[in-house]
Amino acid sequence: MRERPLTAVPMPLLWLLAATFCAQLALKGFEVRPTARAADLPQAPSATTARLLAAGDPIALAQLLLLYLQAFDTQPGISIPYKDLDYGRLQDWLARVLDLDPRGQYPMLLASQVYAQVPDPVRQRMILEWTYQRFLEDPGRRWRWAAHAAIMAKHKLQDLPLALRYAEGLSRSATGPSVPDWAKQMHIFVLEDMGEVETAKILLGGLLASGSITDAHEVHFLTERLNALERAAENSSKPSETRLR
Amino acid sequence: MKLARVGAIARYTMLEAWRNRLLALVLTATLLLLLASVFARELAVTESSRLQTALLASSLRLACVFFVGLYILNGLTREFNDKVIELMLSLDLPRPAYLLGKFAGFALVATAIAAIATVPIALLAPAPAALAWGFSLALELFIVAALSVFCITTFTQLLGAAAFVAAFYLLGRTITAIQLMSTSSLVASGGAGQQAGAWLADAMAFALPRLDTFTQTAWLVDGPISGIGGILLQTAIYVGLLLAASMFDLYRKNF
Repeated sequence: MRERPLTAVPMPLLWLLAATFCAQLALKGFEVRPTARAADLPQAPSATTARLLAAGDPIALAQLLLLYLQAFDTQPGISIPYKDLDYGRLQDWLARVLDLDPRGQYPMLLASQVYAQVPDPVRQRMILEWTYQRFLEDPGRRWRWAAHAAIMAKHKLQDLPLALRYAEGLSRSATGPSVPDWAKQMHIFVLEDMGEVETAKILLGGLLASGSITDAHEVHFLTERLNALERAAENSSKPSETRLR
Repeated sequence: MKLARVGAIARYTMLEAWRNRLLALVLTATLLLLLASVFARELAVTESSRLQTALLASSLRLACVFFVGLYILNGLTREFNDKVIELMLSLDLPRPAYLLGKFAGFALVATAIAAIATVPIALLAPAPAALAWGFSLALELFIVAALSVFCITTFTQLLGAAAFVAAFYLLGRTITAIQLMSTSSLVASGGAGQQAGAWLADAMAFALPRLDTFTQTAWLVDGPISGIGGILLQTAIYVGLLLAASMFDLYRKNF
Protein backbone atom coordinates (compact mmCIF):
# COMPACT_ATOMS: atom_id res chain seq x y z
CA MET A 1 0.00 0.00 0.00
CA ARG A 2 1.63 3.27 -1.13
CA GLU A 3 1.43 6.13 1.35
CA ARG A 4 -0.05 9.48 0.50
CA PRO A 5 2.26 12.54 0.85
CA LEU A 6 2.49 14.52 4.07
CA THR A 7 0.52 17.32 2.43
CA ALA A 8 -2.51 15.03 2.51
CA VAL A 9 -2.57 15.41 6.30
CA PRO A 10 -4.54 18.52 7.34
CA MET A 11 -2.47 21.19 9.08
CA PRO A 12 -4.75 21.30 12.20
CA LEU A 13 -4.07 17.58 12.74
CA LEU A 14 -0.31 18.17 12.60
CA TRP A 15 -0.73 20.96 15.14
CA LEU A 16 -2.83 18.67 17.33
CA LEU A 17 -0.19 15.95 17.13
CA ALA A 18 2.57 18.41 18.06
CA ALA A 19 0.50 19.95 20.85
CA THR A 20 -0.38 16.63 22.48
CA PHE A 21 3.22 15.45 22.20
CA CYS A 22 4.45 18.66 23.85
CA ALA A 23 1.77 18.30 26.53
CA GLN A 24 3.00 14.76 27.25
CA LEU A 25 6.60 15.99 27.57
CA ALA A 26 5.49 18.88 29.79
CA LEU A 27 3.47 16.56 32.02
CA LYS A 28 6.44 14.25 32.39
CA GLY A 29 8.70 17.25 33.04
CA PHE A 30 6.53 18.31 35.98
CA GLU A 31 6.12 14.77 37.26
CA VAL A 32 7.96 14.00 40.46
CA ARG A 33 10.77 11.54 39.88
CA PRO A 34 9.95 8.19 41.48
CA THR A 35 11.75 7.47 44.72
CA ALA A 36 12.59 4.04 46.01
CA ARG A 37 10.48 2.85 48.92
CA ALA A 38 11.10 -0.37 50.70
CA ALA A 39 8.21 -2.80 50.87
CA ASP A 40 7.72 -5.00 53.89
CA LEU A 41 8.29 -8.70 53.56
CA PRO A 42 4.81 -10.15 53.04
CA GLN A 43 3.55 -13.14 54.94
CA ALA A 44 4.69 -16.49 53.65
CA PRO A 45 2.03 -18.52 51.85
CA SER A 46 0.29 -21.06 54.03
CA ALA A 47 1.26 -24.71 53.67
CA THR A 48 -2.00 -25.46 51.83
CA THR A 49 -1.56 -22.54 49.44
CA ALA A 50 2.03 -23.53 48.79
CA ARG A 51 0.98 -27.09 47.97
CA LEU A 52 -1.70 -25.79 45.63
CA LEU A 53 0.70 -23.37 43.92
CA ALA A 54 3.27 -26.13 43.52
CA ALA A 55 0.84 -28.01 41.24
CA GLY A 56 2.57 -31.29 42.00
CA ASP A 57 6.11 -29.95 41.63
CA PRO A 58 7.10 -28.71 45.10
CA ILE A 59 10.85 -28.58 44.48
CA ALA A 60 10.51 -26.12 41.61
CA LEU A 61 8.24 -23.90 43.69
CA ALA A 62 10.66 -24.13 46.64
CA GLN A 63 13.48 -22.85 44.41
CA LEU A 64 11.32 -20.01 43.10
CA LEU A 65 10.31 -18.98 46.62
CA LEU A 66 13.96 -19.04 47.66
CA LEU A 67 15.00 -16.81 44.79
CA TYR A 68 12.19 -14.40 45.65
CA LEU A 69 13.22 -14.34 49.31
CA GLN A 70 16.90 -14.00 48.51
CA ALA A 71 16.25 -11.08 46.17
CA PHE A 72 13.81 -9.38 48.53
CA ASP A 73 16.44 -7.27 50.25
CA THR A 74 17.39 -5.83 46.86
CA GLN A 75 14.29 -4.02 45.67
CA PRO A 76 14.27 -1.62 42.72
CA GLY A 77 16.60 1.19 43.65
CA ILE A 78 17.00 0.27 47.28
CA SER A 79 18.79 -2.21 49.47
CA ILE A 80 17.09 -3.26 52.68
CA PRO A 81 19.43 -3.98 55.59
CA TYR A 82 18.78 -7.35 57.20
CA LYS A 83 18.06 -5.62 60.49
CA ASP A 84 14.97 -4.05 58.88
CA LEU A 85 13.56 -7.41 57.81
CA ASP A 86 10.81 -9.02 59.85
CA TYR A 87 12.65 -12.11 61.06
CA GLY A 88 9.42 -13.79 62.18
CA ARG A 89 8.10 -13.67 58.62
CA LEU A 90 11.52 -14.57 57.27
CA GLN A 91 11.48 -17.77 59.33
CA ASP A 92 8.00 -18.60 57.99
CA TRP A 93 9.26 -18.23 54.42
CA LEU A 94 12.29 -20.44 55.09
CA ALA A 95 10.11 -23.02 56.86
CA ARG A 96 7.68 -23.10 53.91
CA VAL A 97 10.56 -23.73 51.53
CA LEU A 98 11.83 -26.54 53.75
CA ASP A 99 8.30 -28.02 53.87
CA LEU A 100 8.28 -28.09 50.07
CA ASP A 101 11.80 -29.43 49.70
CA PRO A 102 12.95 -31.09 52.96
CA ARG A 103 16.16 -32.46 51.42
CA GLY A 104 17.27 -29.04 50.20
CA GLN A 105 20.06 -27.36 52.17
CA TYR A 106 19.63 -23.90 50.65
CA PRO A 107 17.25 -22.47 53.29
CA MET A 108 19.52 -23.76 56.06
CA LEU A 109 22.50 -22.07 54.42
CA LEU A 110 20.59 -18.81 53.99
CA ALA A 111 19.52 -18.90 57.63
CA SER A 112 22.87 -19.76 59.22
CA GLN A 113 25.31 -18.11 56.83
CA VAL A 114 23.41 -15.13 55.43
CA TYR A 115 20.59 -13.97 57.69
CA ALA A 116 22.55 -14.84 60.86
CA GLN A 117 25.12 -12.19 59.88
CA VAL A 118 22.66 -9.43 60.82
CA PRO A 119 24.28 -6.97 63.30
CA ASP A 120 21.48 -7.45 65.80
CA PRO A 121 21.92 -10.05 68.58
CA VAL A 122 18.15 -10.54 69.02
CA ARG A 123 17.68 -11.40 65.35
CA GLN A 124 20.87 -13.48 65.37
CA ARG A 125 19.53 -15.56 68.25
CA MET A 126 16.15 -15.95 66.53
CA ILE A 127 17.60 -17.27 63.31
CA LEU A 128 20.20 -19.48 65.04
CA GLU A 129 17.48 -21.02 67.19
CA TRP A 130 15.39 -21.60 64.04
CA THR A 131 18.40 -23.29 62.43
CA TYR A 132 18.90 -25.50 65.49
CA GLN A 133 15.22 -26.53 65.63
CA ARG A 134 15.26 -27.43 61.92
CA PHE A 135 18.48 -29.40 62.51
CA LEU A 136 16.68 -31.49 65.13
CA GLU A 137 14.08 -32.47 62.52
CA ASP A 138 16.73 -34.08 60.29
CA PRO A 139 20.10 -34.25 62.10
CA GLY A 140 21.71 -36.59 59.59
CA ARG A 141 21.45 -34.06 56.76
CA ARG A 142 21.49 -30.75 58.61
CA TRP A 143 24.26 -31.27 61.19
CA ARG A 144 26.66 -28.80 59.56
CA TRP A 145 24.22 -25.90 60.06
CA ALA A 146 23.89 -26.73 63.76
CA ALA A 147 27.69 -26.82 63.98
CA HIS A 148 27.80 -23.41 62.35
CA ALA A 149 25.16 -22.17 64.79
CA ALA A 150 27.30 -23.36 67.71
CA ILE A 151 30.34 -21.53 66.32
CA MET A 152 28.25 -18.39 65.73
CA ALA A 153 26.90 -18.54 69.29
CA LYS A 154 30.40 -18.91 70.68
CA HIS A 155 32.27 -16.34 68.63
CA LYS A 156 29.67 -13.79 67.48
CA LEU A 157 27.26 -13.83 70.39
CA GLN A 158 29.90 -14.78 72.99
CA ASP A 159 27.18 -16.94 74.54
CA LEU A 160 28.96 -20.13 75.65
CA PRO A 161 25.90 -21.78 77.30
CA LEU A 162 23.99 -21.38 74.02
CA ALA A 163 26.96 -22.71 72.05
CA LEU A 164 27.12 -25.67 74.44
CA ARG A 165 23.39 -26.37 73.98
CA TYR A 166 23.80 -26.49 70.20
CA ALA A 167 27.01 -28.55 70.42
CA GLU A 168 25.41 -31.03 72.84
CA GLY A 169 22.41 -31.34 70.56
CA LEU A 170 24.79 -32.03 67.73
CA SER A 171 26.62 -34.70 69.71
CA ARG A 172 23.36 -36.28 70.89
CA SER A 173 21.36 -36.23 67.65
CA ALA A 174 23.88 -36.29 64.79
CA THR A 175 25.17 -39.82 65.27
CA GLY A 176 25.23 -40.98 61.67
CA PRO A 177 28.41 -42.20 59.96
CA SER A 178 28.44 -39.15 57.68
CA VAL A 179 28.85 -36.77 60.65
CA PRO A 180 32.56 -36.09 61.25
CA ASP A 181 34.05 -36.61 64.69
CA TRP A 182 34.95 -32.95 65.14
CA ALA A 183 31.25 -32.10 65.06
CA LYS A 184 30.40 -34.83 67.55
CA GLN A 185 33.21 -33.64 69.87
CA MET A 186 32.45 -29.95 69.64
CA HIS A 187 30.67 -29.82 73.00
CA ILE A 188 33.84 -30.99 74.78
CA PHE A 189 35.79 -28.01 73.53
CA VAL A 190 32.98 -25.61 74.39
CA LEU A 191 32.92 -27.05 77.91
CA GLU A 192 36.66 -26.50 78.09
CA ASP A 193 36.21 -22.88 77.05
CA MET A 194 33.58 -22.49 79.73
CA GLY A 195 36.11 -23.58 82.35
CA GLU A 196 34.35 -26.91 82.82
CA VAL A 197 37.69 -28.69 82.54
CA GLU A 198 36.68 -31.67 84.69
CA THR A 199 33.57 -32.41 82.62
CA ALA A 200 35.54 -31.97 79.40
CA LYS A 201 38.20 -34.34 80.73
CA ILE A 202 35.62 -37.00 81.58
CA LEU A 203 33.89 -36.72 78.20
CA LEU A 204 37.17 -36.79 76.29
CA GLY A 205 38.48 -39.72 78.33
CA GLY A 206 35.21 -41.57 77.81
CA LEU A 207 35.35 -40.92 74.09
CA LEU A 208 38.88 -42.32 73.87
CA ALA A 209 38.05 -45.32 76.08
CA SER A 210 34.93 -46.16 74.03
CA GLY A 211 37.13 -47.12 71.07
CA SER A 212 34.88 -45.29 68.63
CA ILE A 213 37.88 -43.25 67.43
CA THR A 214 39.93 -45.52 65.18
CA ASP A 215 42.14 -43.08 63.30
CA ALA A 216 45.64 -43.13 64.90
CA HIS A 217 46.28 -39.44 64.22
CA GLU A 218 42.99 -38.46 65.76
CA VAL A 219 43.60 -40.66 68.81
CA HIS A 220 46.99 -39.01 69.22
CA PHE A 221 45.53 -35.52 68.87
CA LEU A 222 42.75 -36.19 71.38
CA THR A 223 45.16 -37.81 73.84
CA GLU A 224 47.31 -34.70 73.66
CA ARG A 225 44.24 -32.61 74.32
CA LEU A 226 43.36 -34.78 77.29
CA ASN A 227 46.87 -34.41 78.67
CA ALA A 228 46.69 -30.67 78.19
CA LEU A 229 43.38 -30.60 80.04
CA GLU A 230 44.86 -32.56 82.93
CA ARG A 231 47.78 -30.14 83.12
CA ALA A 232 45.35 -27.25 83.05
CA ALA A 233 43.34 -28.82 85.84
CA GLU A 234 46.48 -29.11 87.95
CA ASN A 235 47.33 -25.50 87.40
CA SER A 236 44.00 -23.76 87.15
CA SER A 237 45.56 -20.30 87.28
CA LYS A 238 47.32 -20.97 83.97
CA PRO A 239 45.09 -20.05 80.97
CA SER A 240 44.03 -22.90 78.72
CA GLU A 241 46.13 -23.42 75.61
CA THR A 242 43.67 -25.67 74.00
CA ARG A 243 41.09 -23.25 72.81
CA LEU A 244 38.92 -24.09 69.91
CA ARG A 245 39.91 -21.78 67.06
CA MET B 1 -17.50 16.83 10.56
CA LYS B 2 -20.99 16.14 11.77
CA LEU B 3 -21.30 14.67 15.22
CA ALA B 4 -24.23 12.53 14.05
CA ARG B 5 -21.85 10.50 11.86
CA VAL B 6 -19.44 10.00 14.72
CA GLY B 7 -22.37 8.97 16.89
CA ALA B 8 -23.61 6.48 14.28
CA ILE B 9 -20.21 4.80 14.01
CA ALA B 10 -19.95 4.68 17.82
CA ARG B 11 -23.44 3.18 18.10
CA TYR B 12 -22.68 0.44 15.59
CA THR B 13 -19.34 -0.27 17.27
CA MET B 14 -21.18 -0.83 20.55
CA LEU B 15 -23.81 -2.92 18.82
CA GLU B 16 -21.06 -5.06 17.31
CA ALA B 17 -19.53 -5.60 20.78
CA TRP B 18 -22.94 -6.58 22.13
CA ARG B 19 -23.65 -9.03 19.28
CA ASN B 20 -20.17 -10.52 19.59
CA ARG B 21 -21.13 -11.28 23.20
CA LEU B 22 -18.08 -9.38 24.50
CA LEU B 23 -19.92 -8.10 27.56
CA ALA B 24 -21.30 -11.58 28.30
CA LEU B 25 -17.75 -12.91 28.08
CA VAL B 26 -16.48 -10.24 30.47
CA LEU B 27 -19.34 -11.01 32.85
CA THR B 28 -18.51 -14.73 32.79
CA ALA B 29 -14.80 -14.05 33.34
CA THR B 30 -15.64 -11.72 36.23
CA LEU B 31 -17.78 -14.41 37.87
CA LEU B 32 -15.09 -17.04 37.41
CA LEU B 33 -12.41 -14.75 38.85
CA LEU B 34 -14.71 -13.94 41.77
CA LEU B 35 -15.14 -17.67 42.46
CA ALA B 36 -11.37 -18.18 42.23
CA SER B 37 -10.85 -15.35 44.71
CA VAL B 38 -13.36 -16.93 47.11
CA PHE B 39 -11.39 -20.17 46.84
CA ALA B 40 -8.13 -18.30 47.55
CA ARG B 41 -9.79 -16.61 50.53
CA GLU B 42 -10.61 -20.01 52.00
CA LEU B 43 -6.96 -21.03 51.72
CA ALA B 44 -5.63 -17.97 53.54
CA VAL B 45 -4.62 -18.29 57.15
CA THR B 46 -4.87 -14.62 57.93
CA GLU B 47 -5.95 -11.38 56.22
CA SER B 48 -8.26 -13.47 54.06
CA SER B 49 -10.43 -10.54 53.01
CA ARG B 50 -7.37 -8.49 52.03
CA LEU B 51 -6.00 -11.42 50.04
CA GLN B 52 -9.29 -11.94 48.20
CA THR B 53 -9.65 -8.26 47.32
CA ALA B 54 -6.06 -7.96 46.13
CA LEU B 55 -6.17 -11.11 43.99
CA LEU B 56 -9.55 -10.27 42.48
CA ALA B 57 -8.64 -6.64 41.71
CA SER B 58 -5.33 -7.59 40.13
CA SER B 59 -6.75 -10.40 38.00
CA LEU B 60 -9.81 -8.37 36.92
CA ARG B 61 -7.60 -5.50 35.84
CA LEU B 62 -5.47 -7.77 33.66
CA ALA B 63 -8.49 -9.57 32.25
CA CYS B 64 -10.19 -6.29 31.30
CA VAL B 65 -7.05 -5.01 29.57
CA PHE B 66 -6.74 -8.32 27.74
CA PHE B 67 -10.37 -8.33 26.55
CA VAL B 68 -10.43 -4.68 25.47
CA GLY B 69 -7.08 -4.83 23.69
CA LEU B 70 -7.71 -8.08 21.88
CA TYR B 71 -11.31 -7.23 20.95
CA ILE B 72 -10.31 -3.92 19.33
CA LEU B 73 -7.28 -5.37 17.54
CA ASN B 74 -9.30 -8.28 16.18
CA GLY B 75 -12.30 -6.14 15.13
CA LEU B 76 -10.24 -3.50 13.35
CA THR B 77 -8.03 -6.10 11.64
CA ARG B 78 -11.17 -7.67 10.21
CA GLU B 79 -12.38 -4.26 8.98
CA PHE B 80 -9.06 -3.69 7.25
CA ASN B 81 -8.94 -7.19 5.74
CA ASP B 82 -12.61 -7.24 4.63
CA LYS B 83 -12.25 -3.76 3.09
CA VAL B 84 -15.03 -2.50 5.35
CA ILE B 85 -13.01 0.60 6.07
CA GLU B 86 -12.64 1.30 2.34
CA LEU B 87 -16.37 0.95 1.89
CA MET B 88 -17.01 3.33 4.79
CA LEU B 89 -14.57 5.92 3.51
CA SER B 90 -16.11 5.75 0.03
CA LEU B 91 -19.27 7.18 1.62
CA ASP B 92 -19.61 10.76 2.74
CA LEU B 93 -17.59 10.10 5.84
CA PRO B 94 -14.34 11.93 6.70
CA ARG B 95 -11.49 9.81 8.00
CA PRO B 96 -11.40 11.55 11.43
CA ALA B 97 -15.13 10.92 11.86
CA TYR B 98 -14.64 7.21 11.26
CA LEU B 99 -11.70 7.04 13.69
CA LEU B 100 -13.36 9.15 16.38
CA GLY B 101 -16.58 7.17 16.04
CA LYS B 102 -14.76 3.90 16.42
CA PHE B 103 -12.84 5.20 19.45
CA ALA B 104 -16.00 6.63 21.05
CA GLY B 105 -17.67 3.23 20.64
CA PHE B 106 -14.69 1.41 22.09
CA ALA B 107 -14.50 3.91 24.99
CA LEU B 108 -18.17 3.24 25.82
CA VAL B 109 -17.55 -0.52 25.66
CA ALA B 110 -14.49 -0.05 27.92
CA THR B 111 -16.62 1.93 30.37
CA ALA B 112 -19.19 -0.88 30.46
CA ILE B 113 -16.43 -3.45 31.04
CA ALA B 114 -14.93 -1.34 33.85
CA ALA B 115 -18.41 -1.05 35.41
CA ILE B 116 -18.90 -4.83 35.31
CA ALA B 117 -15.48 -5.37 36.93
CA THR B 118 -16.19 -2.79 39.64
CA VAL B 119 -19.35 -4.52 40.91
CA PRO B 120 -17.61 -7.43 42.74
CA ILE B 121 -14.88 -5.06 43.94
CA ALA B 122 -17.55 -2.84 45.49
CA LEU B 123 -18.78 -5.84 47.47
CA LEU B 124 -15.35 -6.33 49.05
CA ALA B 125 -13.91 -2.81 49.42
CA PRO B 126 -15.26 0.53 50.72
CA ALA B 127 -17.48 2.23 48.15
CA PRO B 128 -15.27 5.34 47.55
CA ALA B 129 -12.20 3.15 47.02
CA ALA B 130 -14.10 0.84 44.67
CA LEU B 131 -15.44 3.81 42.69
CA ALA B 132 -11.97 5.33 42.37
CA TRP B 133 -10.61 1.94 41.30
CA GLY B 134 -13.35 1.50 38.69
CA PHE B 135 -12.91 5.07 37.39
CA SER B 136 -9.17 4.56 37.09
CA LEU B 137 -9.71 1.21 35.37
CA ALA B 138 -11.96 2.91 32.79
CA LEU B 139 -9.23 5.51 32.14
CA GLU B 140 -6.61 2.77 31.80
CA LEU B 141 -8.86 0.95 29.33
CA PHE B 142 -9.27 4.20 27.32
CA ILE B 143 -5.48 4.32 26.92
CA VAL B 144 -5.40 0.65 25.91
CA ALA B 145 -8.25 1.26 23.44
CA ALA B 146 -6.54 4.30 21.90
CA LEU B 147 -3.25 2.39 21.75
CA SER B 148 -4.92 -0.57 20.03
CA VAL B 149 -6.55 1.74 17.48
CA PHE B 150 -3.19 3.39 16.83
CA CYS B 151 -1.35 0.05 16.50
CA ILE B 152 -3.83 -1.47 14.08
CA THR B 153 -3.94 1.71 11.98
CA THR B 154 -0.17 1.66 11.78
CA PHE B 155 0.62 -2.06 11.46
CA THR B 156 -2.68 -3.40 9.99
CA GLN B 157 -1.48 -6.87 11.11
CA LEU B 158 -2.85 -8.54 14.22
CA LEU B 159 0.36 -10.18 15.41
CA GLY B 160 2.56 -7.11 15.23
CA ALA B 161 -0.10 -4.87 16.74
CA ALA B 162 -0.85 -7.31 19.60
CA ALA B 163 2.87 -7.68 20.40
CA PHE B 164 3.28 -3.90 20.46
CA VAL B 165 0.26 -3.37 22.73
CA ALA B 166 1.45 -6.10 25.13
CA ALA B 167 5.01 -4.71 25.24
CA PHE B 168 3.75 -1.15 25.71
CA TYR B 169 1.44 -2.18 28.54
CA LEU B 170 4.16 -4.16 30.31
CA LEU B 171 6.61 -1.27 29.96
CA GLY B 172 4.00 1.19 31.22
CA ARG B 173 3.45 -0.96 34.31
CA THR B 174 7.17 -1.44 35.01
CA ILE B 175 8.81 1.78 33.85
CA THR B 176 9.02 3.20 37.39
CA ALA B 177 10.88 0.10 38.61
CA ILE B 178 13.13 0.19 35.54
CA GLN B 179 13.97 3.84 36.21
CA LEU B 180 14.78 3.12 39.84
CA MET B 181 16.91 0.12 38.97
CA SER B 182 18.82 2.01 36.29
CA THR B 183 20.00 4.60 38.81
CA SER B 184 20.36 2.28 41.76
CA SER B 185 23.62 2.40 43.66
CA LEU B 186 23.42 -1.41 43.84
CA VAL B 187 24.44 -1.74 40.22
CA ALA B 188 26.25 1.55 40.06
CA SER B 189 29.64 1.55 38.53
CA GLY B 190 29.30 5.11 37.30
CA GLY B 191 30.39 3.89 33.89
CA ALA B 192 29.10 4.99 30.53
CA GLY B 193 26.99 1.85 30.19
CA GLN B 194 25.08 2.57 33.35
CA GLN B 195 24.60 6.23 32.43
CA ALA B 196 23.33 5.23 29.01
CA GLY B 197 20.92 2.76 30.62
CA ALA B 198 19.63 5.44 33.00
CA TRP B 199 19.25 7.88 30.12
CA LEU B 200 17.35 5.33 28.05
CA ALA B 201 15.03 4.53 30.96
CA ASP B 202 14.36 8.25 31.50
CA ALA B 203 13.68 8.73 27.78
CA MET B 204 11.21 5.83 27.76
CA ALA B 205 9.54 7.22 30.88
CA PHE B 206 8.94 10.50 29.03
CA ALA B 207 7.16 8.73 26.20
CA LEU B 208 5.11 6.33 28.35
CA PRO B 209 2.22 6.83 30.76
CA ARG B 210 3.04 5.50 34.22
CA LEU B 211 0.43 2.77 34.28
CA ASP B 212 1.62 1.58 37.71
CA THR B 213 -0.04 4.66 39.20
CA PHE B 214 -3.39 3.63 37.67
CA THR B 215 -6.00 1.30 39.25
CA GLN B 216 -3.96 0.54 42.35
CA THR B 217 -4.95 -2.42 44.52
CA ALA B 218 -3.51 -0.47 47.47
CA TRP B 219 -6.47 1.95 47.25
CA LEU B 220 -8.81 -0.97 47.99
CA VAL B 221 -6.89 -2.66 50.78
CA ASP B 222 -4.84 0.10 52.40
CA GLY B 223 -6.05 3.47 51.15
CA PRO B 224 -5.79 6.43 50.84
CA ILE B 225 -6.79 7.18 47.25
CA SER B 226 -4.40 9.62 45.63
CA GLY B 227 -3.38 10.90 42.25
CA ILE B 228 -6.75 10.62 40.48
CA GLY B 229 -6.35 14.13 39.03
CA GLY B 230 -2.94 13.29 37.60
CA ILE B 231 -4.29 10.05 36.11
CA LEU B 232 -7.17 11.93 34.47
CA LEU B 233 -4.79 14.52 32.99
CA GLN B 234 -2.39 11.81 31.78
CA THR B 235 -5.25 9.91 30.14
CA ALA B 236 -6.58 13.01 28.38
CA ILE B 237 -3.16 13.92 27.00
CA TYR B 238 -2.16 10.39 26.02
CA VAL B 239 -5.45 9.44 24.41
CA GLY B 240 -5.30 12.73 22.47
CA LEU B 241 -1.73 11.98 21.36
CA LEU B 242 -2.54 8.42 20.28
CA LEU B 243 -5.69 9.45 18.39
CA ALA B 244 -3.83 12.26 16.65
CA ALA B 245 -1.09 9.80 15.67
CA SER B 246 -3.72 7.32 14.45
CA MET B 247 -5.41 10.01 12.36
CA PHE B 248 -2.04 11.00 10.94
CA ASP B 249 -1.42 7.41 9.85
CA LEU B 250 -4.95 7.00 8.50
CA TYR B 251 -4.67 10.19 6.47
CA ARG B 252 -1.48 8.95 4.87
CA LYS B 253 -2.94 5.57 3.90
CA ASN B 254 -3.70 5.21 0.23
CA PHE B 255 -6.57 2.75 -0.10
